Amino acid sequence: MSTLSDNVLHGDPGIEAHPPHREVHAAGVAATQTIFEKGRAGRRAFTCPELDVPAAEGLLPGAFRRAEPARLPEVSEPELVRHYVNLSKRNFDLDSGFYPLGSCTMKHNPRLHERVAALPGHARLHPLQTPKRAQGALELMHRLEHALGEIAGLPHVSLQPSAGSHGELLGVLLTRAYHEDRGETRTKVLAPDTSHGTNPATVTMAGYELVKVGTNPDGGVDLDDLRAKAAPDVACLMLTNPNTLGIFDPNIEEISRIVHDAGATLYYDGANLNAVMGHSRPGDMGFDIVHFNLHKSFTQPHGGGGPGAGPIAVSERIAPYLPHPVVVRREDGSFDLDQDRPKSIGRLRGFQGNYGVFVRSYAYICSLGAEGLKDASTTAVLNANYLLARLRSLVGEHLPLAFGERCMHEFVLSGAPMKKDLGIRTLDLAKRLLDHGFHPPTVYFPLLVDEALLIEPTETETKETLDAFAEAIAAIVREAAQDPSVARDAPYTTPVRRLDEAAAAKRPVIRQPL
Amino acid sequence: MSRYTTTTASDLAEMLEAIGVASLEQLFDEQVPAGVRLGRELDLPPGLPEQDVYAHLRDLAARNTSAEDEISFLGAGMYDHYVPAVIDMLTSRSEFLTPYTPYQPEISQGGLQVMFEYQTAISELTALPVSNASVYEGPSAVASAGYLAKLANGKGRFVVSAGLHPHSRETLATYAHGFGTEIAEVPLRDGITDPEAWAAAIDADTSAVFFAQPNFYGAVEDAAALAAAAKDSPAVVVAQVDPLTLGILKPPGECGVDVAVGEGQSLGNRLDFGGPSFGFFAATEAYLRRMPGRIAGETTDVEGRRGFVLTLQTREQHIRREKATSNICTAQALNALAGVVYLSWLGRRGLVELGELLLQRTHYAREALAALDGVAKLHDQPVVREFALKLDEDLDVARVVDRCQDAGVHPGLALDGNVLLVALTEQRSRADIDRLAEVLAAAVAEQRAGSPVAA
Amino acid sequence: MADASYPEDLLYHAEHDWARIEGDTATFGVTWFAQDALGEVVFFEPPQVGARITGGEPYAEVESVKAVSDVIAPLSGEIVEVNAALADGPEAINEDPYGAGWMVKVRLADAAEKDALMDSAAYQQTLS
Repeated sequence: MSTLSDNVLHGDPGIEAHPPHREVHAAGVAATQTIFEKGRAGRRAFTCPELDVPAAEGLLPGAFRRAEPARLPEVSEPELVRHYVNLSKRNFDLDSGFYPLGSCTMKHNPRLHERVAALPGHARLHPLQTPKRAQGALELMHRLEHALGEIAGLPHVSLQPSAGSHGELLGVLLTRAYHEDRGETRTKVLAPDTSHGTNPATVTMAGYELVKVGTNPDGGVDLDDLRAKAAPDVACLMLTNPNTLGIFDPNIEEISRIVHDAGATLYYDGANLNAVMGHSRPGDMGFDIVHFNLHKSFTQPHGGGGPGAGPIAVSERIAPYLPHPVVVRREDGSFDLDQDRPKSIGRLRGFQGNYGVFVRSYAYICSLGAEGLKDASTTAVLNANYLLARLRSLVGEHLPLAFGERCMHEFVLSGAPMKKDLGIRTLDLAKRLLDHGFHPPTVYFPLLVDEALLIEPTETETKETLDAFAEAIAAIVREAAQDPSVARDAPYTTPVRRLDEAAAAKRPVIRQPL
Repeated sequence: MSRYTTTTASDLAEMLEAIGVASLEQLFDEQVPAGVRLGRELDLPPGLPEQDVYAHLRDLAARNTSAEDEISFLGAGMYDHYVPAVIDMLTSRSEFLTPYTPYQPEISQGGLQVMFEYQTAISELTALPVSNASVYEGPSAVASAGYLAKLANGKGRFVVSAGLHPHSRETLATYAHGFGTEIAEVPLRDGITDPEAWAAAIDADTSAVFFAQPNFYGAVEDAAALAAAAKDSPAVVVAQVDPLTLGILKPPGECGVDVAVGEGQSLGNRLDFGGPSFGFFAATEAYLRRMPGRIAGETTDVEGRRGFVLTLQTREQHIRREKATSNICTAQALNALAGVVYLSWLGRRGLVELGELLLQRTHYAREALAALDGVAKLHDQPVVREFALKLDEDLDVARVVDRCQDAGVHPGLALDGNVLLVALTEQRSRADIDRLAEVLAAAVAEQRAGSPVAA
Repeated sequence: MADASYPEDLLYHAEHDWARIEGDTATFGVTWFAQDALGEVVFFEPPQVGARITGGEPYAEVESVKAVSDVIAPLSGEIVEVNAALADGPEAINEDPYGAGWMVKVRLADAAEKDALMDSAAYQQTLS
């Protein structure tokens, strides 16, 4: 993507008060035509195999037959390729630039993983293949389970959930099964007001009532509020640690005591595991259930919004309820899928989970080993604190740290002073960053910070990149001091400029009219 | 420093100084209480060079028998269709592979337009006007439809056909136990959902009804009749459909179905031992604001240019939190990309041609196999891409499957009741089917003779 | 949209709702302050006609692009009419919050409840 960054970074800030608009030409219009608007009747990319069996009549009653074919595109292979390659060029991606999206852990995706996942022995293996003919896959899953269990400090792992939110649902359903098995009826689940939206949504979906726990002035769980709410009808506390403010809760041991004294389970949202691998384990903190986001800490590419995988690790007391099938090692050393789990909650999806993701994450763990994983977290924390220090020295007055002094792998700035003093909002800053060739941080989350900016640089970025990003933010702030309208109207250099989201929501057009 | 991190000694010194700490340890000591520090190395093997990791993963792959290694008639929810080369090329492009969810639409127009095109394709396939941008996979899509019904009408019971895929039934049961809806299962009769039992099970307290088209045993259901039976109840009519059959089967939207969901793997996605793939989720206009997951919509930018955004986001967990229509956060964007590229590759006529080819080959295979000694059809209903056989009582279906695999042919999935479920794709030719018949006949004969018989 | 205004002939609830009382029925809507805080309204989810609503409790939802807000009933009663025009034109809530942007008409349950509401001046005091 072409950017204004050279001018802004090296020139006099403010001279770009009226940046040139991007010219629209014919190719620009074609770029937004959908595949359904391209092609001509009769074109095709697919050659159907010849009918090689005797043609039989009347195999399907007319009443069950489709009358009109679905109006799918009619394009040749060259058109198909050109259409989607051109579309791809209208995306920003991690391989092209810095992507400090807080809570999303946009670390480098090693290309080796794509190569090994594509090996036919993995990629063309049917999920219902007889276990004795899928020993490599089952061994891989068994090894990955072991590694994840060691990283979490919880020995029993299910790889089945498809994403973090799916792991959360499983965790809360396991809590339900655990209490039901003990003859206890509990109706509430606690979550901090800083939590990811998936936590409260999961609570309701699993049939519980959400009770919010407050945040103390240091950004951790308000212990008095927790004590008051940790009643006998509470089933679980869902916590992220470090939390969405990038703060490791110093009271985690006390939190764990309070929750366990109430007979509830403690659930660890693993979205922020990248801060603590090899340093601190959720199991040792007292958590009963942990989910991992393999697409965050363990390098599964995000794919523009999926796929991911959300395995969970649990303590001994939760293990009997894990979903089936479970990968087991038989006495003869062979691997098998165990369906015979009398207390299992059942299954959460088809087959054994997102195996293609397991291959990539397992390859990552093999590449890094114990030392490399710890180094990844160490460096993630170093990079976050360094970027924080740079930004504090450059723009601390306009974009102060919301809580505390240090951070773990990510941190939250508040754009409230910037909004008040310079007249640009966090949204404007984010949009202006696009012109500098950076993906903006997560904005307006967590909710309790006004004009929030949640920044997670990850361990795979160079110091030079962190410096350039900090300079870009400083340049935008300087520019806003001279003319806030530049940021307010940004971006200028992107394939489209600000889009009318209200119009899209008022009168939704969610498919191509044909 | 690993090969994926970059901090040199001089970088480190400068960074620590800027932060104002003396060492890396201090950063952790200041923030993580000593009582929860690990205090030892993780008990994992040391890291390996890239080439060694490759070799290890290759060795594991070599210990699997994939569809590359045998003639496979295994289906039951995932199918060995050919994945065209354009899909490998497009899904491995960095611009599609490595972005996050398109939170910044100005730099995500490619991905957002793909979602919009995907939604259009799913709407066309299902003849339902509303599609989301995909969900995890098939069975959890069924369960998500259950949650939609729970929030839409709050009634107490789901009515579920025994023809629904067992994984879908189990997943729905797991979810429903959580949010408190009971499940009543309706048995099959002659291979299809028993129409009288179905109608009798539906009443004013039915939250949703679920059936599969074709059903798990390959039979084509009378979808319109099943949907009509729920017409006078509050129930949401949910069908799990096989998208690849929609070139020839009447689409759910024309059968009175409210919500059509299913497994998208057969549309251009690999088998991958079960995932990742995608689930599709389509509905009538009435459920637009009750849909789970991401939805892309069309709009314009400040200069009037066409563009795409994530829309109707107030349904979702990040805004509506505990009142969200679902807890789902991510879609399966890359897999859905493969889906819409596949449908465009097949094209309007290709999907029909493929459906007709499978219809004919399935019929040929069913007749050929059911003619074998010891083998019969499980039912006589129409089938389009998969069918069930019943082996005689004296045979052990698991041993028959094992013997066929020894001969290089996976004959299909062994099921309880001595049933064999056989699936076709365009990659299984008449010669493959004939080979299956030979191998199956030999395996049956061998088991009866108690000794090997050459196939 | 127009400048801030808080008509004198309306009664106000602290959750930024207004009521226009005419005999035993009243019209409800949200105040200028509320619509300004919401930003561009993209969807209004009305209650069913015939529903009974309670003063101080939510009876409807308004959505902007990235927020959902409950609309609080200033008074108790039964819904007798909803503003159907908002389905296709929710922008009326922003453009004309006291006129075309009205939300529901209600047959009041208890005439005395209105004594707990504020007049324009008192409500504006709460905003400063």
